[in-house]
Amino acid sequence: MINRRLRALLRKEFLQVWRDPSSIAIAFVLPVFLLLLFGFGVSMDARHVPLGVVVERPSSVSESLVAAFRHSDYFAPRPFLSRQAGEAALQANQVNGLLILPQTLDEQLSTGQGAGVQLLLNGVDSNSARLLQGYVRGVFEGWLARQQAARGRAGATVEAQPRIWFNPELRSRNYLVPGLMVINMTLVGALLTALVMAREWERGTLEALMVTPVTLREILIGKTLPYFTLGMGGMLLSAGLSILLFEVPLRGSLWALILFSALFMLTALGMGLLISVVAKNQFVAGMAAIVSTFLPAFLLSGFLFDIDSMPWVVQLVTHIVAARYFVTILQTLFLAGDVWGVILPNAAALSLLATLFFGLARRQLHKRLE
Amino acid sequence: MQAVLRAAQLCKGFARGKSRVEALDEVTFEVRPGVVTGLIGPDGAGKTTLMRLAAGLLLPDTGSLEVMGLDVVSTPLEVQASIGYMPQRFGLYTDLSVQENLDLYADLQGVDPRARPARYARLMEMTGLAPFTGRLAGQLSGGMKQKLGLACTLVRPPRLLLLDEPTVGVDPVSRRELWAIVYQLVEQEQMSVLLSTAYLDEAQRCAEVVLLHQGRVVGQGSPDAFSRPLQGRTYQVGHPQLGRRRLQAELAAREGVLDAVLQDAQVRVVTQTPGAPPQRGEEQWQAVAPRFEDAFVERLAVPHPHPVQLPTQAPGEAREVIKVAGLERRFGAFRAVRDLSFSVHSGEVFGLLGANGAGKTTTFRMLCGLLPPSGGQLQVAGHDLRRAAARARREIGYMSQRFSLYGHLSVAQNLGFFARAYGLRGDYLRQRIAWAMREFELEPVATVDAVELPLGYQQRLAMAAALLHEPRILFLDEPTSGVDPLARREFWARINAQAEAGVTVLVTTHFMEEAEYCDRLAIMASGELLALGTPAQVRARCTGADGVVPSFEEAFIQLIEGHAA
Repeated sequence: MINRRLRALLRKEFLQVWRDPSSIAIAFVLPVFLLLLFGFGVSMDARHVPLGVVVERPSSVSESLVAAFRHSDYFAPRPFLSRQAGEAALQANQVNGLLILPQTLDEQLSTGQGAGVQLLLNGVDSNSARLLQGYVRGVFEGWLARQQAARGRAGATVEAQPRIWFNPELRSRNYLVPGLMVINMTLVGALLTALVMAREWERGTLEALMVTPVTLREILIGKTLPYFTLGMGGMLLSAGLSILLFEVPLRGSLWALILFSALFMLTALGMGLLISVVAKNQFVAGMAAIVSTFLPAFLLSGFLFDIDSMPWVVQLVTHIVAARYFVTILQTLFLAGDVWGVILPNAAALSLLATLFFGLARRQLHKRLE
Repeated sequence: MQAVLRAAQLCKGFARGKSRVEALDEVTFEVRPGVVTGLIGPDGAGKTTLMRLAAGLLLPDTGSLEVMGLDVVSTPLEVQASIGYMPQRFGLYTDLSVQENLDLYADLQGVDPRARPARYARLMEMTGLAPFTGRLAGQLSGGMKQKLGLACTLVRPPRLLLLDEPTVGVDPVSRRELWAIVYQLVEQEQMSVLLSTAYLDEAQRCAEVVLLHQGRVVGQGSPDAFSRPLQGRTYQVGHPQLGRRRLQAELAAREGVLDAVLQDAQVRVVTQTPGAPPQRGEEQWQAVAPRFEDAFVERLAVPHPHPVQLPTQAPGEAREVIKVAGLERRFGAFRAVRDLSFSVHSGEVFGLLGANGAGKTTTFRMLCGLLPPSGGQLQVAGHDLRRAAARARREIGYMSQRFSLYGHLSVAQNLGFFARAYGLRGDYLRQRIAWAMREFELEPVATVDAVELPLGYQQRLAMAAALLHEPRILFLDEPTSGVDPLARREFWARINAQAEAGVTVLVTTHFMEEAEYCDRLAIMASGELLALGTPAQVRARCTGADGVVPSFEEAFIQLIEGHAA
């Protein structure tokens, strides 16, 4: 299997990696950088959201309601003396929402009529607005229940008792970080091979290589193995950071994580090889790697945006995005465990894509220059 | 003996944009075993395509190609197993050391490990690389890289060696060493060699020459067979009063004269027919031996319909236009140029020569005001470049090696752009563009995009653009590289016309015969001035004890080697 020619190619590649640290930087520095940047920067949780509060007539009731918001981790209430001042702040984006407790609040509550409280939301970011709306309602309902209990008027209402599986604290980091690892490794894997093959084209070394008895299979393996090693190093580093720094729980088994990461790494490397076999130029290959791996992985993998809510055409397209399958595998492995019913079909899809990429790269690479 | 390479009706074309370029058109020739065959032709003649076809890296469109008796199309692997091929960029891994490169290619070529020490020793001795086996290939000089590339090609001794322009971009010293190695291979290892080159003067070093031009074989035979028919048609012409450039212009336009180029203080002439030369007045005609380049011109020259006219009015008195004294440029601790002093007069063609890394380009950039000097005096057109670079630049026309044209603008648009960039306006602008169109014969291609022009036209356009603002000084950085000898002649005729009109011309070149066209020149090595003077003075300086005046190239090699020692 590994003959002298292949050994020579492998040795050459490792020496090049060692002497030109740009590959090492791509494999180790880039994923760590991206993970830290996105891991700390991107968060879907609402925490200490500035919420304007206008109390039109202060009373013990309004005070206890405002206190309920103040005690919540989600909000940082800011009092305003008038509705106008609050709306101005909302317009200036100093607060994300404005809660208005009307003059009639006490009366309405005491007469048993339904109490109306107005909530104004900044809807520019519709996702955050919806999130905020939910949190406000949550706080509100909790307060109401406590009020009723205190008055000894607990009615016989049906109460939903939610229990959240897999991510009980609803930490968005728990599912974002595994997704980020996928994005990073897609980019890293594709960049590693895309650049090295294009470099040989550019420097004219491939022309000299092609007239030796070396086979195309040897060239492809010689290009894949070293960068597989590097890529897996970067992958394990990312996994380590996720678990230790971002405190994402790993509920599945470590060996499964490594095995399926390896499978995904092969897919990403295959994609890169295919790009550089076609592009033959480092600049074009680099751009192609970013545009064709990073962006689709970001947008179409289901890591940030739910695939089921995409139009069906786009849903169809997501099936050729390798990251999609690995996002599912990693989120399952990290948060749920070794759920084979989910992992195996996705792993099968990954294997199919890897075979496809390597097959195409092999078909596009000739021992000729055209 | 059987031919080692046999091409018959070989055709190969490439798509370029919408059109199709025939790189090789019905090429038929044979390569004899055991000798050096030169594949000679200007850039774009199809040499590299032919080499790649022979190495099995490209497929011919039609025709047949046999190497070592094997069909290249159906059995490329077998062919590759019996040849050695060095591509133009030698295929070295710059991150690997000399030894690691050798080992890699030995492994890939399946060289028996027991046979290696002897082979390595022989190759290292031949190339003189033995002291550098631990050095990274990227840190070798250009000539050494070339030799290492050759050594890697030779780890498994091939029967046929294909060398694609091995001497391009290599200084004359390394070039001579490379040829010595090639001869050794032929004599001691009975190798057959097919070597391509754009330097016509290398034809003389080959046993057999295949002359390629625009994808066609124009001739094949020994170099002497090419030049023999020109016996009695080549002369050296001198004139006691007339300057050599005026003499050349006059001769070039004369009936019966095919070619006239400057050599020394005289003019070298090829006549259209043998026999009595069309001698006039006080001219002194002296018969000389024909050379290969004459044959090239003879076979391909189409008489130029409008010979370049020299200005009738003699320029005013020569003044000192460029003055350089103690010029120095440092990059960190490295001194790229040191203690450089010379001056150039108006109407003079001044050449700057040197091997790669000699400091030519650095000097050039400082003279154009593109790079501030680290020390010394630098005056251009009366302006101190260290203080008034912008004002001095207005007096300068600059033509870079890559021509700096906008590929997707038409000829007229390019001229318009450069004219405005130099601040030309109104009537003057229209007048100058009209002048450029007329003088450089660009009207027929005015609406063609620059990128689609042949190289010779691109060069003309670039020169026209550099002259739009009527500069007093013209800087030309390797203006003729990649242009065929005929276009080169025309180009020099234009340079001469400018010089006669009083423009000072500074030119760098790596064609040694072009050094002869300069009035004076400076030879540089590792940032220092080695020699300064007329071509004849430089040659005379290197005259040996035997009293034989060397050719300019030999003189150059002597100077460089003397400096290195």
